Amino acid sequence: MNIVVCVKHVPDAQSERTFNDSDNTTDREGVDGLLSELDEYAVEEALKLVEASEGEVTVLTVGPAGAADALKKALQMGAHKAVHVTDDAIHGSDAPATSLLLAKAIEKIGTPDVVITGMASTDGTMGVVPAMLAERLNLPMVTYASQLTIDGSAVTARRDGDTASETIEATLPALVSVTDQINEPRYPSFKGIMAAKKKPVETWGLGDLGVDAGQVGLGAAWTKVDSFAKRPPREKGEIVTDEGDGGTKLAEFLASRKFI
Amino acid sequence: MAEVLVLVDHDNGEVRKTSAEMLNIARRLGTPSAVFIGSNVQEAADVLARYGAEKIYVVADPAVTGALVAPQAEALAQIAGQANPAAVIIASSSAGKEIAGRLAVKINAGLITDAVDVQAVDGAAQTTQSVFAGSYTVQASATTPTTIITVKPNSAGIEMAQAAGTQVPVDVTLSDVATAAKITKSEPRQSTGRPELTEAPIVVSGGRGTGGDFSPVEAFADSLGAAVGASRAAVDAGWYPHTSQVGQTGKQVSPQLYVAAGISGAIQHRAGMQTSKTIIAVNKDEEAPIFELVDFGVVGDLFQVLPQATEAIQARRG
Ligand SMILES: Cc1cc2nc3c(=O)[nH]c(=O)nc-3n(C[C@H](O)[C@H](O)[C@H](O)COP(=O)(O)OP(=O)(O)OC[C@H]3O[C@@H](n4cnc5c(N)ncnc54)[C@H](O)[C@@H]3O)c2cc1C
Repeated sequence: MNIVVCVKHVPDAQSERTFNDSDNTTDREGVDGLLSELDEYAVEEALKLVEASEGEVTVLTVGPAGAADALKKALQMGAHKAVHVTDDAIHGSDAPATSLLLAKAIEKIGTPDVVITGMASTDGTMGVVPAMLAERLNLPMVTYASQLTIDGSAVTARRDGDTASETIEATLPALVSVTDQINEPRYPSFKGIMAAKKKPVETWGLGDLGVDAGQVGLGAAWTKVDSFAKRPPREKGEIVTDEGDGGTKLAEFLASRKFI
Repeated sequence: MAEVLVLVDHDNGEVRKTSAEMLNIARRLGTPSAVFIGSNVQEAADVLARYGAEKIYVVADPAVTGALVAPQAEALAQIAGQANPAAVIIASSSAGKEIAGRLAVKINAGLITDAVDVQAVDGAAQTTQSVFAGSYTVQASATTPTTIITVKPNSAGIEMAQAAGTQVPVDVTLSDVATAAKITKSEPRQSTGRPELTEAPIVVSGGRGTGGDFSPVEAFADSLGAAVGASRAAVDAGWYPHTSQVGQTGKQVSPQLYVAAGISGAIQHRAGMQTSKTIIAVNKDEEAPIFELVDFGVVGDLFQVLPQATEAIQARRG
């Protein structure tokens, strides 16, 4: 079974994330980046699936030079090979353009049995690239899987929805997005870190994918950020230490704000 | 005025409050048309007309309503192809976002997700979103003739605006791949009797500090008529269902009042509650980062503070 996992390199959520003043895009230079935590679950699930049968895991990313770090981490975890789609013209691409590039790259890799993605990126958090990609690749899709099994020609997943817990089945090839409930991602072992250095990483530009520069990037985006503003910090509130009357004081505060 | 499509959020014909909110938003942008996918439209039609739907497109084909969401995206694309709407408004649920993503690619329209407000600016839709765990507010718009917007609950008020509500039955042709993913089993979740987390005006959440005993959190929540949420640590420990998780990978809530009990305030938790109007925390550790966000905080043991507060609230209520 061959699996492609789509991953994203994102600004670290623990640092001060912001925008570029010049073009209102996400600042990816001033902030340390890493493999989106939510994609680690996708890599882990793919590794478990091939370990239980056979096949290869290819990790794929679209992003600037620094995004290679995300691929490196996935290779260290155990993925077999990596593809990095990068081109200056890609800067500022929105979700539809990103999904186009991912789709073209997956077609060039050779459509796998399963494409796995995280549930959303931790920076943009739209969570729509998987659906757009399924649409472009014309694949059936199972979103937000919290459990996954693949047997023969079908994928079965569990999804914990608001009103029901569902079992979903789709024919292969299929695209699956997984949640952070599905597994516990492994840390790269020393052996994994050493082995990753020898694993193949291909770098493809727009020309390799037959995509025109006019189809991607900020200029081609179907949406634009008109303005951004930092939320003013919340005003420091009143903090009391419980000396046997903390609950009473809490109730008084609620009353003063008309909640009771 | 151009049509604005609203994909009706409903439970077997029972229209959810978010649908009335979306119709209100639609009226700012053009003439609202509801798109009702499912059976039992007769139950929904009056409500939709009352909140401003001039037209109600009805897709009742069981092939659409019985499968996962891909067929709904195909149905919407076919309706949009006829109506040339200025905007398509969809609820920001996981299903809603999947439909929106597919639709965007099908009709080549810009998509903005998780809007907390939508206004008409120079005749076009401009959205407000809260990003980077609530630390930034962003205004965005589409560059395409149609804008697809998914909106969060409570992004607009609800207003009566009686309209014709003319029903237009729609036949859709589905592709094979649209029905290749199916729900084979569904176990309904038991209702807790408490308000829905994302819609509730008050949310009380418990974390690892509960040690697995949510009873003081629930009793306090009930005294306020609140929904109950949980941190991921509490969910991972199996103390509370994942559907109650608040945060980056759970629900994003923005109630009038949010109370965090025994929750440290990690960035991923903040991402789900930072935009709440008033925030209260009860935590043993005065250094806990959650205190940076609060309007009111109690440094103390939740097992002492919450029951006392519950009693005081009940006493005031008489
Ligand atoms: C990819 C990813 C996604 C995530 N998504 C989410 C998410 O959606 N939601 C989420 O919540 N987390 C999420 N997390 C986890 C997050 O990083 C934290 O680990 C989690 O929020 C911690 O939960 P907690 O505050 O309950 O536990 P802790 O951080 O352990 O805090 C417990 C708090 O309880 C206090 N306490 C202990 N006993 C008492 C007592 N008797 N009375 C009062 N206070 C007491 C302690 O002082 C402490 O501050 C995510 C993490 C990752 C990596």
